[in-house]
Amino acid sequence: MGLSTKTGRCQALLGFDKIRVVPGTARRGIVIMMENAWLIPLFPLLSFLILLLFGKRLKEASAYVGILFTLASLVYSILVLFERFSEPTYGTNFEWLTIGDIHLTAGFEVNQLNALMLVIVSLVSFLVHTYSKGYMNGDERFPVFYAYLGLFTFAMLGLVISPNLLQTYIFWELVGVGSFLLIGFYFYKEEAKAAAKKAFIMTRIGDVGLFIGMILLFWQTKSFEYSEIFKAVDAGAVSGTMITLTAILIFIGAVGKSGQFPLHTWLPDAMEGPTPVSALIHAATMVAAGVYLVAALFPLFQASKTALLTIAVIGAFTAIFAASIGLVQTDIKRVLAYSTVSQLGYMMLALGSAGYVAGVFHLMTHAFFKALLFLAAGSVIHAVHTQNIEEMGGLWKKLKFTGPLFLIGTLSISGVPLFSGFFSKDEILAAAWEGGHPILFFLALIAAFMTAFYMFRLFFMVFTGKPRTEMKNVHESPANMTYPMMLLGVLAIVAGYVNTPWFGSFLGDWLVDGNPRLGHAHVEGPIWIMIAATVVSLLGIFMAYLMYYKRSLARNWLSGTGDTLHTILTNKYYVDEFYQLTVIAFTKGLSYFLRFIDVFLVEGLVKGVVGIVQGLGRTGSRMQSGQVQTYGAVAFIGLALLAVIYALTGGYLR
Amino acid sequence: MSSVPASAFLALALILFCIGLYGALTKRNTVIVLISIELMLNAVNINLVTFSKYGLNPSITGQIFALFTISVAAAEAAVGLAILISLYRAKKTVNIDEMDIMKH
Repeated sequence: MGLSTKTGRCQALLGFDKIRVVPGTARRGIVIMMENAWLIPLFPLLSFLILLLFGKRLKEASAYVGILFTLASLVYSILVLFERFSEPTYGTNFEWLTIGDIHLTAGFEVNQLNALMLVIVSLVSFLVHTYSKGYMNGDERFPVFYAYLGLFTFAMLGLVISPNLLQTYIFWELVGVGSFLLIGFYFYKEEAKAAAKKAFIMTRIGDVGLFIGMILLFWQTKSFEYSEIFKAVDAGAVSGTMITLTAILIFIGAVGKSGQFPLHTWLPDAMEGPTPVSALIHAATMVAAGVYLVAALFPLFQASKTALLTIAVIGAFTAIFAASIGLVQTDIKRVLAYSTVSQLGYMMLALGSAGYVAGVFHLMTHAFFKALLFLAAGSVIHAVHTQNIEEMGGLWKKLKFTGPLFLIGTLSISGVPLFSGFFSKDEILAAAWEGGHPILFFLALIAAFMTAFYMFRLFFMVFTGKPRTEMKNVHESPANMTYPMMLLGVLAIVAGYVNTPWFGSFLGDWLVDGNPRLGHAHVEGPIWIMIAATVVSLLGIFMAYLMYYKRSLARNWLSGTGDTLHTILTNKYYVDEFYQLTVIAFTKGLSYFLRFIDVFLVEGLVKGVVGIVQGLGRTGSRMQSGQVQTYGAVAFIGLALLAVIYALTGGYLR
Repeated sequence: MSSVPASAFLALALILFCIGLYGALTKRNTVIVLISIELMLNAVNINLVTFSKYGLNPSITGQIFALFTISVAAAEAAVGLAILISLYRAKKTVNIDEMDIMKH
């Protein structure tokens, strides 16, 4: 059943299972693009299926299949986005299952957030597809890689147009599968195998929370539909405690997927996957799914102050926690991974401070500049065949394109004025301040300083100075790797201008249009916030400059010679070790205990039964000797016994 | 008639039957087993005749039935011996322990 309404979301009115159009709404026929938005996720699915079936025969040509289908998705997504600018939200649902009075629906919806996410996901996916053609060149499982990319893109696009929680959950798990396959792409490497498992299990822990929250919401509101849930929440049909509980449970799912503390440890390890995968999944799209989920369910979170505060606190803590680890990492991809965790913390902080627009805005700009940084890092790795920044240096002259592009990404993430990251970070800081969390605001400010510092530390160590090891044969990457980076470089600069305090908050106005629940389009913070943000980022850059370019400051001037702090940071606050000693040790103990029960009790019981039956069978088969005389003797003895019994009892058994 | 009591006939039949049963269950030679079965049949015949004379309703039926049994037993012996001979041809033995194809 389908309907398009002027103002709100498409409403799934239960009990109808045919297409239903509300008359008098927007000019029908013009929304032709949005009507068929369900096609967008199907293109990559088709690519996945084709490559699954014919990948072996297509060999290197599989890249073109993947690129063409994602290009189709991208073009369609852009058309849908532009249509969504002028048209109201479009959504359609059909009845999927009916169990008693319970009706489950499936469908799709194009609202502002979904349309924006469609473009972000398909754009980054398309660029990564193109880039991978150069990066993965020569890999013998090349078609498989493209097939997995297709599967992941399908899942992610499906996730962002789902109109209900159940469908979201299904795609949510599919995204997890895609991520698992791609992290473990080099499965012959032990670390990659372990990282894939870790990513899958850690996110599953969060998913359990999401699942319980989802079921509780369904129990309370009798629907998985977002619109129905919001209606029930608005109508006060759900108790305040229940709203807080479900919101926090759903947030736990987002914590797992978006690598928030304390479930963040899988994300840096996931860097074992190929670099384009890190750009696509672990920077721009999948990890943003948690932020997307919170944004999609924002009216629910907004109904509970406690839930919002939880999100804000966890976000701010993750932001500064991961940023401090990023200060000392020496693996180029791990620095970026911790930076991703930290930036996702920012987004959560924004959402938790009721800054819906700020969170989504930063999600968008971050997708562009972080994908750019990862692709540039991939280009560097492609050139020098190492990921250790201690071994690099002086690459600026050798990598004519990668160097400047990496610098653009670095400037953008550091929040240097006029780059996209500056505007979105400023929005977040303003939201945190206005949201009434001064402590969290200062945490975020310190994290911004750290971000600028470690990003420029990375930049100076990789691109300036002298090569620290002998690097032969360093060459710029091929064009199909540099072009995607250039496009992202442009976006990393200009994407911020869609929502600025100077030229108007176009994105913000559009995002909250028709949904007063989502809050204000633009949070007007005091002017000093912007100045403070600029100052801390420039200060961070300056310190990195002194320490890693001029080298007028010793690298250990802060921690001194004792290096306790440095050791703690290098070991990532020993979170992994802590888990090893507590959760994993406990689980292992429990498993050994259960194994003991299984081996000795359950198996013992089973083996006992088996022994008895086998014994009986063996005796029986031995008794069947084929000797008629034996049979006769037994029959006679039996008869004699019967006769004796008869004689003794007189024919009656009492 | 005679003064031999019925219990004497019945005892004779019992003894004959037991000897026959013992032979049928223990002897290894198939021919002896067949003969033992004949003994058991004849013990039954003696019973039939005894009761046709000394039973509650003495009548000729028992004796006719005994004659009938004897003729059927003769036929049975013929068939049995024929089977035994063909078995012997197949297995080259009359030892009953080796005739265990029912097991399989």
